[in-house]
Amino acid sequence: MTVLSINNLNVTLEENRILSDVSFEVPSGKLVGLIGPNGAGKSILIKSILGLIDGASGDISLDGKDINSWSIKERAQKISYAAQGAPVHWPLTVGHLVSLGRIPHLSPWQSTSTLDQTLTLDAMKKTDVDHLVSRSTTTLSGGERARAMLARAIVTGCEFLLADEPIEALDPYHQMKIMDILKELAETGHGVLLVLHDVNFAQKYCDELILLNEGQIISKGLPEDVLSDENLLKAYQVKATRLEKNGEVFIIPTSRINQD
Amino acid sequence: MGLLAGATLGLSGASLQGMLRNPLADPGIIGVSSMAGLGAVIAIYMGLTDLFPAAIQIMAILGAMIATFILVLIAARDSSVLTLILAGIGISSLATAAISLTMNFAPNPMTLQDMVMWMLGSLENRTIADILISLPFILIGWALHLGISHGLDACSLGDDTARTLGIDTKKMQLKIILGGAISVGAVVAVCGAIGFVGLVVPHIVRRLIGYAPGKLLIPSALMGAILLISADLFTRIPFGAGQLRLGVVTAIIGAPMFLYIVYKTRRAMR
Repeated sequence: MTVLSINNLNVTLEENRILSDVSFEVPSGKLVGLIGPNGAGKSILIKSILGLIDGASGDISLDGKDINSWSIKERAQKISYAAQGAPVHWPLTVGHLVSLGRIPHLSPWQSTSTLDQTLTLDAMKKTDVDHLVSRSTTTLSGGERARAMLARAIVTGCEFLLADEPIEALDPYHQMKIMDILKELAETGHGVLLVLHDVNFAQKYCDELILLNEGQIISKGLPEDVLSDENLLKAYQVKATRLEKNGEVFIIPTSRINQD
Repeated sequence: MGLLAGATLGLSGASLQGMLRNPLADPGIIGVSSMAGLGAVIAIYMGLTDLFPAAIQIMAILGAMIATFILVLIAARDSSVLTLILAGIGISSLATAAISLTMNFAPNPMTLQDMVMWMLGSLENRTIADILISLPFILIGWALHLGISHGLDACSLGDDTARTLGIDTKKMQLKIILGGAISVGAVVAVCGAIGFVGLVVPHIVRRLIGYAPGKLLIPSALMGAILLISADLFTRIPFGAGQLRLGVVTAIIGAPMFLYIVYKTRRAMR
């Protein structure tokens, strides 16, 4: 088992402390959810792990090896990233978009090999976009686009995948579809860290949760422990009730604590 | 010379559009062409050509290098696309103002006419000597564009995602800016201001081979060369009095195409 561990991560941007002493681990084979209110620092945390934030300090290591000692390319071969919203600036075909995920394995002069093309097709099948291979990304629906972007992140074949709100703005069917794919990835040995807003999805799918509030982790561990009434109140300023149906517990926010 | 100039402008246009993720980018937009123009105009104004014949070339390359230097200073701190474009607009405006100022103080009508004719852009009367002066710079500029095609493809997903695909985006941007400045500066020095080739060529090539920015580079260089040679042949057709200027032809064909591209992409540009 490989472990991606983050130790004492601090991020200061323009003299504002964004993250303070954040420490946690993402083991391979686990689906770890990162939750917390808007502005808690979730996206910055993901980007810091990827080395995209200049004001970040702290130790991030993979299997005991410091990530910063790797080149950008080596890092890209180990950890892949599905960005929030994920713009595509040119009307590329879906097949080409997904094959971009193979870039970390190519030298500057190399074009994609038959193996790369096979892997691209496999990833597209996994996320159910293989029938869209020659469609332009500009003509895709939100659900198709999210699945194509996920295929792009999967095809790199990294041990770890960091996804920033992969089910944002999707309908319930596609939310569940994407979560099922991520769950399957974790079950086949990948370590997946994803930013989520829906506490019920977080509870249903994730093996572990990390609750971030004002740049600090206020709780981490099993979903049922992290999503306690006390934590929901502290992080989201909402009171919640729980409903049980067929053995599943659903969290329903009922009122907000008025701060005004 | 037409082949070299066309290829340089086409290549630089394709790489800049890929890097800036903007179909309206062009060597002109980052201020390199206008600063090269300023260098040349100053050389004409000061009569440096009397001292030694390559003065215009050297001053134009110097101008392009200064533009590049300013851009690199800004881009090294903040590599966002918007910063680059805004810096480019600032540099162009400054260069245009300085060119006007220089013309304003032109010592005699002959010098003024030299400046104007040079600014119109032309391939006439260019000799092997002109090519030899510019060739090393053009080749260095081209060489800096080697090995960037995956990076440009990755950049179509945004800089952050490109970096997580193992692309050193800052290094790639520096290569494109430097490569563009050096080669375009050398071209402007010899041929004067030939606009819109870098802008229009990648659009034609996209129609033929698709949108992947990395694949556009070499075809754009070839298409740029073909287009500029064709435009040059067109200027050799006698039209009553006076000779057509190449820069005028490319602008008259290119500017409406520019507006057409703005019209087609205006929704995406918001």
